Amino acid sequence: MVKFSDSKLKEVEQIIQRYPEGKQKSALIPVLHLAQEEFGGWLSAETMDYVASVLNLQPIEVYEVATFYSMYNLKPVGRYLFEVCQTGPCMLNGSDNIIKYIFEKLGIRPGETTTDGMFTLKTVECLGACGYAPMMQLGKNFREHLTKEKVDAVIDECRQKAAINN
Amino acid sequence: MGRKLLLDNIGVEGIRYYDAYRKHGGYRSVEKALKTMTPEQVTDEVKKSGLRGRGGAGFPTGMKWGFLAKPAGVPRYLVVNADESEPGTFKDRYLMEFIPHLLIEGIITSSYAIGSNRSYIYIRGEFAWIDGILEQAITEAKNNGFLGKNILGSGFDCEIYVQRGAGAYICGEETALLESLEGKRGNPRIKPPFPAVKGLWDCPTVVNNVETIAAVVPIVNDGGDAYAKIGIGKSTGTKLISACGNINKPGVYELEMNISVEEFIYSDEYCGGIANKKRLKACIPGGSSVPILPANLLLTTAKGEKRMMTYESLADGGFATGSMMGSGGFIVMDEDQCVVKHTYTLARFYRHESCGQCSPCREGTGWMEKILLNIDNGKGKMSDIDLLWDIQRKIEGNTICPLGDAAAWPVAAAIRHFRDEFEWHVLNPEECLKKNYGLANYAKPLEIVA
Ligand SMILES: Cc1cc2nc3c(=O)[nH]c(=O)nc-3n(C[C@H](O)[C@H](O)[C@H](O)COP(=O)(O)O)c2cc1C
Ligand code: SF4
Ligand code: FES
Repeated sequence: MVKFSDSKLKEVEQIIQRYPEGKQKSALIPVLHLAQEEFGGWLSAETMDYVASVLNLQPIEVYEVATFYSMYNLKPVGRYLFEVCQTGPCMLNGSDNIIKYIFEKLGIRPGETTTDGMFTLKTVECLGACGYAPMMQLGKNFREHLTKEKVDAVIDECRQKAAINN
Repeated sequence: MGRKLLLDNIGVEGIRYYDAYRKHGGYRSVEKALKTMTPEQVTDEVKKSGLRGRGGAGFPTGMKWGFLAKPAGVPRYLVVNADESEPGTFKDRYLMEFIPHLLIEGIITSSYAIGSNRSYIYIRGEFAWIDGILEQAITEAKNNGFLGKNILGSGFDCEIYVQRGAGAYICGEETALLESLEGKRGNPRIKPPFPAVKGLWDCPTVVNNVETIAAVVPIVNDGGDAYAKIGIGKSTGTKLISACGNINKPGVYELEMNISVEEFIYSDEYCGGIANKKRLKACIPGGSSVPILPANLLLTTAKGEKRMMTYESLADGGFATGSMMGSGGFIVMDEDQCVVKHTYTLARFYRHESCGQCSPCREGTGWMEKILLNIDNGKGKMSDIDLLWDIQRKIEGNTICPLGDAAAWPVAAAIRHFRDEFEWHVLNPEECLKKNYGLANYAKPLEIVA
């Protein structure tokens, strides 16, 4: 069942405190981030309904928002999500080659997940790292100045992390 | 070396944290404003400085503050726009990541000027790690008495909160940002009313860019007149430029607005010239939304003058032969880059980011993307070029918010200046998949400039 732990509920309470009385709808976007982190890296209908109940909103208010913003995943994703920027400035510095290389290495095209559920590849639009191109987002951080070697290293790092946490 | 007002201490060890920041003169503007100035006096200094909004539109900041409605008993808000999503732009990120207290200090001083007791920094969701850096700076400022109740015994209260977005370029548009901050989809509002009258939760609100708010610090410290003396004409002060693309030294540079574009690109102090000893083909000087210029028009205006890194000079010649300062995202393309392909990626970006409220923008951006992809893939027709031109004309000026214009302009400028490259793609469907059109006759090939 989808339910925040007590400490996460406290975090939600703190987020609501940032806004004036009665404006807790503003907490929706931060709380959806929290929910996505807590409940498997994506927002299921069940998760969205739960967030609605926590914030006293109608479920539709949550769906509207969850479907608007690109960081919310509406389908399950792999354990590690590679979000590679493909906009102009990154393209000038070879982002296409990085996307191609990830396909060669892992056999996944943008939008696909490896069969072991470990990696998902997604192409995204400019992430504000154009001077450090090509780049991708992985979790809460950016991996910049990507080369084939760096992609190899990132993949190894993820596999090692997964092995430790299993 | 040009003078630096924002990044002068960026190299100081530990400048990200309060102690080093304070030791190097940090929070003086708060002390000066709260102890020796009235809010009106602070606003006057900002007016005198000639500071123009650094988010893209270049609107005079002091004037914007002057428009703020002040009905009794209604709270006012300062909202800092840290959404930074315009392709080519990564300057606000740099400032927040490496010298976060400068932003916090600017917010406190600016909040005092406009009478805001509660301020929000709306930061793009992908900058997740910067959220923590800002939170820490806020905590440090609070622990040292610069935030909270009755700051420095002045009777002025101020709180700052950080709100992360969740991936949407449109939330950089100020009214979409406010919608998002209210927990809704980022659909821009119809203006008027402007945020200065009806903004966050229907209260009077000032929305300013990160760099704009940071610039308030040196303005208050040294006076608006001193700030106005830097730069040329109405381009006062310093400007952060984020340079990227095919240059030797991509990065964020603070410039006095009095150097030439040529110096900016070729001098070792800044971009350090074109990478891999190639030649300059084209440049988008102010973020993806502004017109692309071929090298010759970039370096020299149509009148034959040296083009300078100022609002006026970059715009000289209008859209026929000029461009814009925009957000300061400086995208450089070398001789081997394909203008059609680059324009296609931008069209795809705008289609992806259109909020969908207005049909010209929602439909037009999709059509432009498809046509450009076809041309880039050697599947275009000559008539497609005119069709593209026609579509962008029909988007421009016919939408609720300026994203429509922002999507139209790059396509228009690419066709205006690089029509022969588009035609070459149509005429050479096989060849265009294998090689690029190259420099052709756009640039006076520049080797090295002193
Ligand atoms: C589509 C679109 C995206 C924008 N993105 C940003 C942005 O990321 N950051 C920003 O400061 N301003 C952005 N702006 C401009 C804001 O609407 C607004 O003018 C600005 O925040 C005002 O601050 P300033 O006067 O300090 O520049 C954007 C505008 C549009 C139309
Ligand atoms: S111009 Fe585009 S982004 Fe702006 S309101 Fe209309 S549809 Fe939305
Ligand atoms: S274009 Fe890739 S980060 Fe900006």
